[in-house]
Amino acid sequence: MNYFSNIVKIMAKYWKVFLLEGVGYTLLLSLITVAFGVILGLLIYLGRTVRFKPVNWLCIAIVEVVRGTPMLLQLYVGYFLVPKLLPFEVTPFLCVAVALCINSGCYVSEIFRSGIQAVDRGQTEAARSLGLNGRQTMFRIVLPQAVKNILPALGNEFITIIKETSLASTFFVGELMTACLKVRGNTFLAMECITIVGVIYFVLTFILSKLMNAFERRLKAND
Amino acid sequence: MTENLIETVDLHKSFNLKEKGTLHVLKGVSEHIAKGEVVSIIGPSGGGKSTFLRCLNLLEKPDSGKIVFEGVEITNEKVDINLHRQKMGMVFQHFNVFNHLSVLKNITLAPVLLGKRSQAEADEQARQLLSRVGLLDKQDEHPSRLSGGQKQRLAIVRALAMEPDVMLFDEPTSALDPEMVGEVLDVIKALVKSGMTSVIVTHEMGFAREVSDRILFMDGGVIAESGKPDDIMNHPRNPRTKEFLSKVLY
Ligand SMILES: Nc1ncnc2c1ncn2[C@@H]1O[C@H](COP(=O)(O)OP(=O)(O)OP(=O)(O)O)[C@@H](O)[C@H]1O
Ligand SMILES: [Mg+2]
Repeated sequence: MNYFSNIVKIMAKYWKVFLLEGVGYTLLLSLITVAFGVILGLLIYLGRTVRFKPVNWLCIAIVEVVRGTPMLLQLYVGYFLVPKLLPFEVTPFLCVAVALCINSGCYVSEIFRSGIQAVDRGQTEAARSLGLNGRQTMFRIVLPQAVKNILPALGNEFITIIKETSLASTFFVGELMTACLKVRGNTFLAMECITIVGVIYFVLTFILSKLMNAFERRLKAND
Repeated sequence: MTENLIETVDLHKSFNLKEKGTLHVLKGVSEHIAKGEVVSIIGPSGGGKSTFLRCLNLLEKPDSGKIVFEGVEITNEKVDINLHRQKMGMVFQHFNVFNHLSVLKNITLAPVLLGKRSQAEADEQARQLLSRVGLLDKQDEHPSRLSGGQKQRLAIVRALAMEPDVMLFDEPTSALDPEMVGEVLDVIKALVKSGMTSVIVTHEMGFAREVSDRILFMDGGVIAESGKPDDIMNHPRNPRTKEFLSKVLY
């Protein structure tokens, strides 16, 4: 079988491009996205709950627009808009990262919202009836329980992002899918290259989802 | 004259229902609860019993009317309701014990957080309260491992840890399996005997009759009849009270 021997040959020659550069940039981009996505998601969630209507509307509008347009389009917007907004030279990697963070922030804000809403209203009522104020109730009663809903969902968001960063290859930012394009261009062996990155993506997300499951079981066990 | 602990004047409350307009639930409720008094509220479902009770500590905000608690008009926007809520314990139909805290922490959280007691004092007090309701051996348990009756006893002592001046009960036994109703009612009975002012929404007629100084019959958003247990149960004057009792007693 030429196909399998080709894969072995490609890996022998290009393993650094796939495993170091590709996986490295994919994980870096994903980690940046999740980290800033969580911060942004928290801000958007807070923006939706403050008692000032224009801020509520703005946050709702951002979330709706991001959820209602394709990711690839948002990457294009980031790619062309971010350099115009910043006074210094920016790399495509940064532009794409900004777009990914905003996208993720919107989804994460929904994760926060549903995770907090899933905590029984009776918990809040009991806390308030004891004399706790709104902030104490949020931090001592609601959030500690919401975390159990939020953390697993954040794990899934991370896995989703790992896959979605492949779209960033449109702008040649060096992650796994870019690695695939590069090697394909050098070798003209399309199926073999696609197979290699497919397996790498799968292994990455599979390991992560198993870790998440174990973590979720630990959370449940503490109940 | 006995001293009024709670006084409500002409309370009105409506709920906005999305499609069906507004639902007028309280239609002018004026009532006095005296210090040391035990008042039960009975009446048909949807009559506004829970809404009235939840207005007393402002878990529901009345649309109009006023509530005076220990001489302070708590419906006044300038009043810090959190301070006054510390003096009004509430027990819910569905217990609402804090699921992420141990039994002991459920009790000590509020007194410690609100600066009433040090953690050590609160722990000591919580153990005394737990032993009063037969739950001392559960102090380190997680609430998910308690039965319904145990959860409700925990919820009661959690409220008592704040040393409230009045206890509000909203159908404390309605969500319990029949065999657990007794253990919770016994705790409430003991509490009431010790002199705790209590307002109890309940469907347990025998219990209401036994512990109450006074029974309120609520129907259609008003207190349709109020009187001594014997008068309400045996000689109701209002035809709606009669009809309700005939349904629940036989
Ligand atoms: N938060 C709310 N939003 C909308 N409607 C409500 C709300 N709370 C109560 N209601 C409605 O108000 C009416 C009175 O409710 P309430 O709970 O006070 O009655 P109740 O006398 O306690 O009845 P039950 O014996 O069933 O507990 C009901 O029709 C109920 O559906
Ligand atoms: Mg009710």
